[in-house]
Amino acid sequence: MRKVLVLAVMVVAIAGLQRNALASDWNMPVGVTEISRSVYSLHMLIFWICVVIGVVVFGAMFYSLFRYRRSKGAKAAHFHEHTTVEVFWTTIPLLILVAMAVPATATLKEMYDTSESDLDVLITGHQWRWQYEYLGEGVSFFSNLSTPSAQIEGEAPKDEHYLLEVDQPLVLPVDRKVRFLTTSADVIHSWWVPAFAVKKDAMPGFINEAWTRIEEPGIYRGQCAELCGRNHGFMPVVVHAMEQDDFDAWLAERKQQAASAANSVDREWKMDELMAQGEKVYSTICAACHQAEGQGLPPTFPALAGNQALMDDLEKHIGVVLNGVSETAMPAFSGTLNPVDIAAVITYERNAWGNETGDVIQPSDIQARLSSE
Amino acid sequence: MAPKLPPKAPLEHGNSITGGASAHEGEHHYRSGPLRWLLTTNHKEIGTLYLIFSLSMFMVGGIMALVVRLELFQPGLQMVQPEFFNQMTTMHGLIMIFGAVMPGFVGLANWMVPLQVGAPDMALPRLNNFSFWLLPIAFVLLLSTLLMPGGGPNFGWTSYAPLSTTYAPPSTTFFIFSLHMAGISSILGAINIIATILNLRAPGMRLMDMTLFVWTWLITAFLLIAVMPVLAGVLTMMLLDINFGTSFFNAAGGGDPVLFQHLFWFFGHPEVYIMILPAFGIVSVIVPTFARKPLFGYSSMVYATASIAVLSFTVWAHHMFSVGLPLVAELFFMYATMLIAVPTGVKVFNWIATLFRGSITFETAMLFALAFIVLFSIGGFSGLMLAIAPADFQYHDTYFVVAHFHYVLVPGAVFSIMAAVYYWLPKWTGHYPDERLGRWHFWLSVIGVNLLFFPMHFAGLAGMPRRIPDYALQFADFNMASSIGGFLFGFSQLLFIWVIVKCVRGGVKAPARSWDGATDLEWTVPSPAPLHTFETPPDMRRIES
Amino acid sequence: MSGGSYYVPASSKWPIFAGLALAAMLVGLGILLVYGWGSWIMGLGGVAILVVMGLWFRDVIKESRGGLYDAQMDRSFRWGMGWFIFSEVMFFAAFFGTLFYVRTFALPWLDGEGAKGVSALLWPDFAASWPLMNPPGSEIEGPRGIANPWQLPLVNTLFLVTSSITLTIAHEGLKAGHRDSARNCLIVTLILGVCFLLVQGFEYYEAYAHLGITLQAGIYGSTFFLLTGFHGAHVTVGAIILASMLWRLQCGHFERDNHFGFEAAAWYWHFVDVVWIGLFLFVYVF
Ligand code: HEA
Ligand code: HEA
Ligand code: HEC
Ligand code: CUA
Ligand SMILES: [Cu+2]
Repeated sequence: MRKVLVLAVMVVAIAGLQRNALASDWNMPVGVTEISRSVYSLHMLIFWICVVIGVVVFGAMFYSLFRYRRSKGAKAAHFHEHTTVEVFWTTIPLLILVAMAVPATATLKEMYDTSESDLDVLITGHQWRWQYEYLGEGVSFFSNLSTPSAQIEGEAPKDEHYLLEVDQPLVLPVDRKVRFLTTSADVIHSWWVPAFAVKKDAMPGFINEAWTRIEEPGIYRGQCAELCGRNHGFMPVVVHAMEQDDFDAWLAERKQQAASAANSVDREWKMDELMAQGEKVYSTICAACHQAEGQGLPPTFPALAGNQALMDDLEKHIGVVLNGVSETAMPAFSGTLNPVDIAAVITYERNAWGNETGDVIQPSDIQARLSSE
Repeated sequence: MAPKLPPKAPLEHGNSITGGASAHEGEHHYRSGPLRWLLTTNHKEIGTLYLIFSLSMFMVGGIMALVVRLELFQPGLQMVQPEFFNQMTTMHGLIMIFGAVMPGFVGLANWMVPLQVGAPDMALPRLNNFSFWLLPIAFVLLLSTLLMPGGGPNFGWTSYAPLSTTYAPPSTTFFIFSLHMAGISSILGAINIIATILNLRAPGMRLMDMTLFVWTWLITAFLLIAVMPVLAGVLTMMLLDINFGTSFFNAAGGGDPVLFQHLFWFFGHPEVYIMILPAFGIVSVIVPTFARKPLFGYSSMVYATASIAVLSFTVWAHHMFSVGLPLVAELFFMYATMLIAVPTGVKVFNWIATLFRGSITFETAMLFALAFIVLFSIGGFSGLMLAIAPADFQYHDTYFVVAHFHYVLVPGAVFSIMAAVYYWLPKWTGHYPDERLGRWHFWLSVIGVNLLFFPMHFAGLAGMPRRIPDYALQFADFNMASSIGGFLFGFSQLLFIWVIVKCVRGGVKAPARSWDGATDLEWTVPSPAPLHTFETPPDMRRIES
Repeated sequence: MSGGSYYVPASSKWPIFAGLALAAMLVGLGILLVYGWGSWIMGLGGVAILVVMGLWFRDVIKESRGGLYDAQMDRSFRWGMGWFIFSEVMFFAAFFGTLFYVRTFALPWLDGEGAKGVSALLWPDFAASWPLMNPPGSEIEGPRGIANPWQLPLVNTLFLVTSSITLTIAHEGLKAGHRDSARNCLIVTLILGVCFLLVQGFEYYEAYAHLGITLQAGIYGSTFFLLTGFHGAHVTVGAIILASMLWRLQCGHFERDNHFGFEAAAWYWHFVDVVWIGLFLFVYVF
């Protein structure tokens, strides 16, 4: 009996909440794309079919349990075979399954049709941040978790979008078919936004395709959905969908910024400028492995603070950051960070946490090295 | 189903000699010294060893799960750091699957298969001892990785490359070897079970006379032999990628990380049926006993089990819907997966038809079996939902999946093992388990398990990914409920241990046929079953009428 | 089926020693791989495994020759060995599956063909081919050349096929009671097996020294050594088993109608042979 009750409660809860604004807190979100609505209705269709089957099957079972108790004097019958009923309860479920498979097939085909997109975005997973590149537009940036660690450690109250907020969201236009090309720089990640019903794994060395057409402007949140190491839980996806005009304006501005960043490579940077910039880069990118105070997590992630061998060898330091260390988690940053950031972070590492080399690395030197390689 | 005939000759302990020297040596060795348990070749003793091992691993794995639940009690990082959390999740999955559930079933097979087919022992008794002792060795090694520099495996029990190769802690090599040993143990154990069933049945017992527990184990053993080597193979490839610079899972060398997943799940999916088919067998012997009515649709049960086993080789990629398979593959695996609901449904319907017009009582074993039917089916339903590929894009790698597999594994596989323990304890110990305590154990477990796993459906649908140590605020309530349920369920297992200990030490004496509705062969030998049974096989030839 | 004579050994210390020996070997290997020492633990474990297996089988042989085993026991051994070989088949199936997967799916995708052809964006210079001489990533150096299947590998195929034939003749001889011919054919089989291993060793030397086929040479080298390496290991084990059968034959073991140890060894050898045919076709020829 209890189980019927549980089931009933669940049915009522879900049926009730469907009409409720809170629906997405208990159930799959309906989402803001045609596909996500098809997926939602598929989900509800199968759910209800299962509920009905459950009620019938468990109903029959509890009826038997109740009716044929020995304590009520039930005498056991002795039949134990009936071919017709076996055939019956083999075919009926089969037909039900076919009925489910038809709409599922249609939706799946739709999801796989990535042709004729209006905008292509290359999404690269990194431990542990997303990189977005607007293909053909020359715009590319990282998107890092922006929840401060004080909130995570419980030293500050958690705000509304705890763990689901980033420094720079992916910006997309509405009513356009956007194609996502997902890949990874290290391990497998998975890019997921429930409101679009898009979840695609980011495989290192391969590219997967997915697409969406967002219908309403807004901010949509999701998370990395494949275990990717220690900070897998701290790798949110945030998408800011806006009208085409706003999007165009935003894109133009980003291009502008990219151009001016390129200029700043050539100028002479001061130590404190580099340290400030370097600290920012370090804490968003490097700290995930080498830890906030450069202490690392030996043996997997080496310490940078007090790492005398490294401090004595500037060439190696630059080389490692530019090219990574193959066969380890240390990525190559030459392709993902700009020369300013690289120069800044190396300067920072060589002069922070008690490292006192006094070295100042200029972005232009990094630039020169990059172009010579 | 062919009617079961009682053996002609009364079966008494020690009414015959085993081959030559053994009887003598047996007497000699069994009395001597503490080495007895290390060296034993007796199926009952080895069965007991397996069951004790399984219970201990259930505790270890359960405590790891409770660490996970403790951390997830509230949002934020409180108890453990993410890397340790990942090790706990991984180890919990590995230990529960390879350490608790599989050895649990193997232990039951060791005890009951020879008794149910009328055999004097397992077909290859020394090999049996080897299979068992590999397990503790393997798990000591596995657990010791937690103490190694860099920690133990932290990449999930699925060990996806390259997180488990290039990016893995140094202890991974030892993790691989420990699973190799556990795998060898499973393969050899399965070979032994198959040989016993095919070759040691009592004279006259045809395949279609065997109990469903024996049938399901026959098919499970086949699955084990077919897929454990594939796991060994893929682990070996991991080992090579880690230590010898090969490129199996590395695109730069022409390999593919998805290849790892294909190989893993080619093992992994049949593996989940390895953990449920014996459960089906157990339920199929318990339900008729307490409904006092023969199992309905015996032969269709056998065929359904076989179909599940065959289909289980064709569905593996349903774990990989979002890795970017070609559309045709996606469709094929979706259809094949959905098909499995049909034979599974046949089983559920047959159990209910067995109950229908029976004469039902609710001993603890029966309670667990009945809860199994309902809660396993709920897990099966969510499995079916996961099988719908487009919907799985939303469910995949969320707590909805976690809810699914715990429903089939905990109130599924684990409940069936508990049911089996309550059912066969009288045969093992000669005493009935304490019904009152048993009922407490049952009800607390049922309530706990649902409180633990039901809210996970909601958390998953609302978007909570699995394998995360910290979560967004909207998942807080579900997680708190789960954690409370987890502790309730976990501590209720203390009662289980108590019942078992109490039953071993004494209690109401049980006769040979401990349950009035029980008809299988094991109920013809005395309770507790003597060390050697069926040294002269029972004659099961039917009397032509 | 028989009545009441099924032999159940009382207890045995070999299984647990075998378990410990296996653990020592694997742990030793692990320490060697991870920390760079421990080869002596591995070696000790390996030797211990051989010794324990020897003692274990000695018990079995003693019991068998002592007449403790009946026909039913013989069937148990047959089922056991049969299913064990099936498990080996599945082990190799995983490796062949790897080869087929890489050749039909992964490489074409990386080259821009098929369902995941967009992946080629990441590897603009890559062209798929088999054998794969130029892996996608520039840091991985492919092989410089490959072995001609119609030279040494063909010779090796002939060795193994012939050895299966000579083994069958030996078996027939044993059944017919011609122990001398059985012995001679068994020796020939063993010699052919050893020749195979020597040629294989020479091939490996060539591969590393001249052709640049190494474990690190991308997926071609990986699959090549995976398949041939595990096959070679099985040939080695098979040869050890055959050698002990030869020894037993010399000791006067085996009857005309009761020699399952010999038969099991033959099954294993034929299995290894069949795997080689698969290897020859799919690793070397096609
Ligand atoms: C005992 C173990 C067990 C069992 C029996 C099952 C049974 C099933 N499982 Fe489950 N599964 C797991 C253990 C198990 N699973 C585990 C451990 C994972 C996760 C692994 C990981 O990632 O870590 C998993 C994950 C998993 C996934 C991948 C999800 C994801 O990662 O995205 C899928 C997808 O298809 C799936 C499907 C199914 C189906 C269709 C069944 C079917 O066999 C269920 C059939 C049963 C029924 C349907 C109920 C009874 C039937 C009726 C009453 C008849 C009428 C019914 C209908 C016609 C609807 N399972
Ligand atoms: C048969 C297998 C099995 C079983 C029985 C269980 C049992 C439990 N599992 Fe299991 N679980 C898995 C198999 C299983 N699980 C797998 C395969 C995964 C995936 C791993 C991965 O992602 O890689 C997983 C993952 C998993 C997660 C997700 C982790 C994550 O994604 O980060 C969670 C979270 O709550 C969880 C919880 C539990 C709990 C609370 C129990 C409870 O039922 C346990 C209760 C038992 C005990 C507590 C022990 C017995 C208690 C006593 C003897 C009393 C003494 C106890 C105390 C002193 C407390 N499990
Ligand atoms: C995903 C994890 C990860 C991230 C992110 C990361 N590193 Fe590393 N780093 C490593 C690992 C692992 C090593 C050790 C490589 C080895 O074994 O030689 C390493 C090594 C280094 C070294 C060499 C240390 C030595 O003693 O040889 C430097 C310098 C370094 N990293 C700098 C950085 C900088 C700068 C950043 C950010 C811009 C960064 N790392 C980001 C994982 C990371
Ligand atoms: Cu990235 Cu999980
Ligand atoms: Cu599955």
